[in-house]
Amino acid sequence: MAIGKAVRRVDAIAKVTGRARYTDDYFRPGMLVAKYLRSTIAHGRVKKIDTRRAQRLPGVEAVFTYEDVPPIKFATAGHPYALDPAHQDVQDRLLLTRHVRYWGDEIAVVVAENDLIVQEALELIDVAYEEYSPLVTPEAALAAGAFEIHAGSNNVVGESCYAVGGNIEEALAQADVVLEGRYRTQICQHCHIENHIALAYMDDLEHIVVVSSTQIPHIVRRIVGQALGLPCGRIRVVKPYIGGGFGNKQDVILEPMVAFLTLQLGGRPVKMHLSREEGMIGTRVRHPFTTQMRAGVMQNGTLVALDIDALSNSGAYASHGHAVAGAAGARSRALYPRTAINYHAKTVYTNIPAAGAMRAYGAPQMMFAVDCMIEEAARRIGMDPVEFRLKNVARQGDVDPLTGEGFESCGLAECLQRGKALIQWDAKRAARPRKQTGPVRRGLGVACFSYATGTYPVCLEISGARIILNPDGSVHIQVGATEIGQGSDTIVAQMVAETAGIPLANVHVVSTQDTDVTPFDTGAYASRQAYVTSNAVFRAATALKAKILEHAGRMSGILPAELEITDGRIVRRDDRARKNMPLAAVALDAYYDKQRGGQLTVEVSHKTCSNAPAFGCTFVEIEVDVPLCRVQIKEIYNIHDSGIILNPLLAQGQVQGGVAMGIGAGLYEEMLIDPESGYIYNNNLLDYKVPTIMDVPDIGCAFVETFEPTSGYGNKSLGEPPIIAPPPAIRNALWDATGVKIDELPMTAHTLYKHFMKAGLL
Amino acid sequence: MKRTITCTINGKRKELTVDVRQSLLEVLREQAGLISVKQGCAVGECGACTVLIDNVPIDSCLYLAVWADGRSIRTVEGESRDGKLSRVQQAFVEAGAVQCGICTPGFVMAATAFVEKHRGRKVTRPDIRPGLAGNLCRCTGYDSIITAVQKSLDEGDEP
Ligand code: FES
Ligand code: FES
Repeated sequence: MAIGKAVRRVDAIAKVTGRARYTDDYFRPGMLVAKYLRSTIAHGRVKKIDTRRAQRLPGVEAVFTYEDVPPIKFATAGHPYALDPAHQDVQDRLLLTRHVRYWGDEIAVVVAENDLIVQEALELIDVAYEEYSPLVTPEAALAAGAFEIHAGSNNVVGESCYAVGGNIEEALAQADVVLEGRYRTQICQHCHIENHIALAYMDDLEHIVVVSSTQIPHIVRRIVGQALGLPCGRIRVVKPYIGGGFGNKQDVILEPMVAFLTLQLGGRPVKMHLSREEGMIGTRVRHPFTTQMRAGVMQNGTLVALDIDALSNSGAYASHGHAVAGAAGARSRALYPRTAINYHAKTVYTNIPAAGAMRAYGAPQMMFAVDCMIEEAARRIGMDPVEFRLKNVARQGDVDPLTGEGFESCGLAECLQRGKALIQWDAKRAARPRKQTGPVRRGLGVACFSYATGTYPVCLEISGARIILNPDGSVHIQVGATEIGQGSDTIVAQMVAETAGIPLANVHVVSTQDTDVTPFDTGAYASRQAYVTSNAVFRAATALKAKILEHAGRMSGILPAELEITDGRIVRRDDRARKNMPLAAVALDAYYDKQRGGQLTVEVSHKTCSNAPAFGCTFVEIEVDVPLCRVQIKEIYNIHDSGIILNPLLAQGQVQGGVAMGIGAGLYEEMLIDPESGYIYNNNLLDYKVPTIMDVPDIGCAFVETFEPTSGYGNKSLGEPPIIAPPPAIRNALWDATGVKIDELPMTAHTLYKHFMKAGLL
Repeated sequence: MKRTITCTINGKRKELTVDVRQSLLEVLREQAGLISVKQGCAVGECGACTVLIDNVPIDSCLYLAVWADGRSIRTVEGESRDGKLSRVQQAFVEAGAVQCGICTPGFVMAATAFVEKHRGRKVTRPDIRPGLAGNLCRCTGYDSIITAVQKSLDEGDEP
């Protein structure tokens, strides 16, 4: 049995020995390098561009500008294709643009022999701009008469709303207490350590091969085809190991350009590798939200109403568009399914870097706002914050009030109880003076979240798996689901071992996806893979096992129904000790017997038509140094209901990494943009504060294991959720420690200073 | 301008002709084929390119290849011998300190230098943190990496 074991990653050895190949390790002889010429203004139009001097520089192969690219607008979001045109992504990109929409927009591209020549050539290009005033904030973009960043858009990418649980105004009118708040979250950037990189070449006159650090190879194939006006069968996308993505590689960034370049340059290999400084502005960021909210509560602790209005800033291009704000809204009703909720959201264009998918896709923004409001509600009616949440959060048997889908598994209440015990909530609160006065104060905070597992029913959920029995009795499994560091290859191997009865050591996972041969799957996002892929893998492993037993039956004359595979051997069900034949013998016979058998192989493509909300919470204890405006985390625990935990070691890694990112978002990280010019101040890892090993404490994690029946192995999402609750939990602890309520992120020393001054603490 | 340098890479003497403008990172990857040396920023921020130069962890992206003349360089490729992982590598595997893996070679080298320096000494988790503060990891939250270093220090004295 392999499920539930802390088995080591299948790729761990490749990675600690440095042998794992990433895109940059795919050297090809004669490879050219390409680099964008990026705008030095945030909003305007190129009046004139002169590339002649660059073109003449020895070593330069080609220079292309916005005048040379296909006039095809395409969408970049890594969503499955939607047959319904109303649900298709916004097509607002060209390969290069004349209309500059953010500081760093791509107006030309140089291809040369090496990086030094490319750099020199870029400096030889002369550009004259007609400047427009940059619209950096949503307010500016929505002002009457504002310049349209995309013609015909009114600067609105999308808008949506839903209402559940009855009329919101009536619910608010009935409440004992009505509260109001306004919450702001910042621009974060993924900062995966491997920057975006892609290369392309042609082996013949027809097919373009793209090797890319992507989470979504099959989607990349479609979008490259769309952007170049080519059928997708002419595009082949290869995805090797990738050095982190966190949603930023669930978008198509460099691939259409490298494909275009190799096509223009006679199929020669061309590589683009963004620098950190380019990557931070020229890929995607997290949508900053401003959320206005009203809550209605009863004195007995019932949360009766939440009225939510979110404004999401998509920046210069739509990318994932309004989908992020839409998904964000769904999280509130799964968390508080018995509350009347009115949700309205609007996503707007501005002149900042384009926002896209980032770990937990809108949930951190929304859950921050909701949890801040919940904390206030609990305090206002004088109820313990944990008790208040316990009374109102989702329970087993609740239904999503909008879709009517029941929650088959929900262990959130148990998560809250467990967290309370871990941090010694009651004892610590009892031992502390009611009001702290010294310079250094302690505070406890809690926050909870819900998250989906995949995107159904909004989007298609499809997975594919192929298993081949090798002549030595081992198997190769190939899936369309992509390993991006989260450990999906290992989980897939465990699933096969569990279901087919083959020892884990004999399960080989083909880690690389190659769209020419890999079964179709839309890739790594929405914390979907272990859930969606489980169905395809389960079916494939079950079918392979049946084929093996059938062949063993033919060889032995025993009915297949009387046989079983255990630990890589064929045994009789009724007498496991007797008549036991190694799998290798069956495999060899199937391959090489002159009459019977053949290669035993199974391929399954599976559409998943369910979704399962995962839940959890963060408990944190902090120490605040008031004069220094510094927060130190003393203890932090994330407790998750992600269904059955498939591999505790990997699960712990997902939680700790997510919590660290959550701490970064809570306390340190923000991309800073000049409101006047749209200039970006900190597009590097020195000034944008990704947490270092000094900033992150030891991170505790625990699991409340429920069984999710819609999943092949009882599991639900885990990769993305851990990032959601730490920021509001820290914020609530800060309030607990100082009496100061901070409704914006990040809570840097700068922010704290502002609020402590206002509160008279300094 | 090109210059010829002689250095020891993973225990073997090597003669390399390098462009004086090239970083050690570029030369190790492109000429020596040591793909474990990763580039995350190229300006000394992330530590993904960490190698040991005379047993001291260095960001190879900031170190000119010509400076390596006469020095001894260690990369992760040289740490496992005869198909056996080094103690630090083994500890990274067991502690779950590897996710996407792009920071891993750099971290393994920084950790190796730390472990070699602190062998036989009593070291706590807070002591380990500053020793690895030059390396960023966006996946693990560092917890398991610190555990891996602890494991490598704990398990006997034999390398
Ligand atoms: S690549 Fe050298 S420190 Fe980042
Ligand atoms: S394992 Fe991905 S950056 Fe460290």
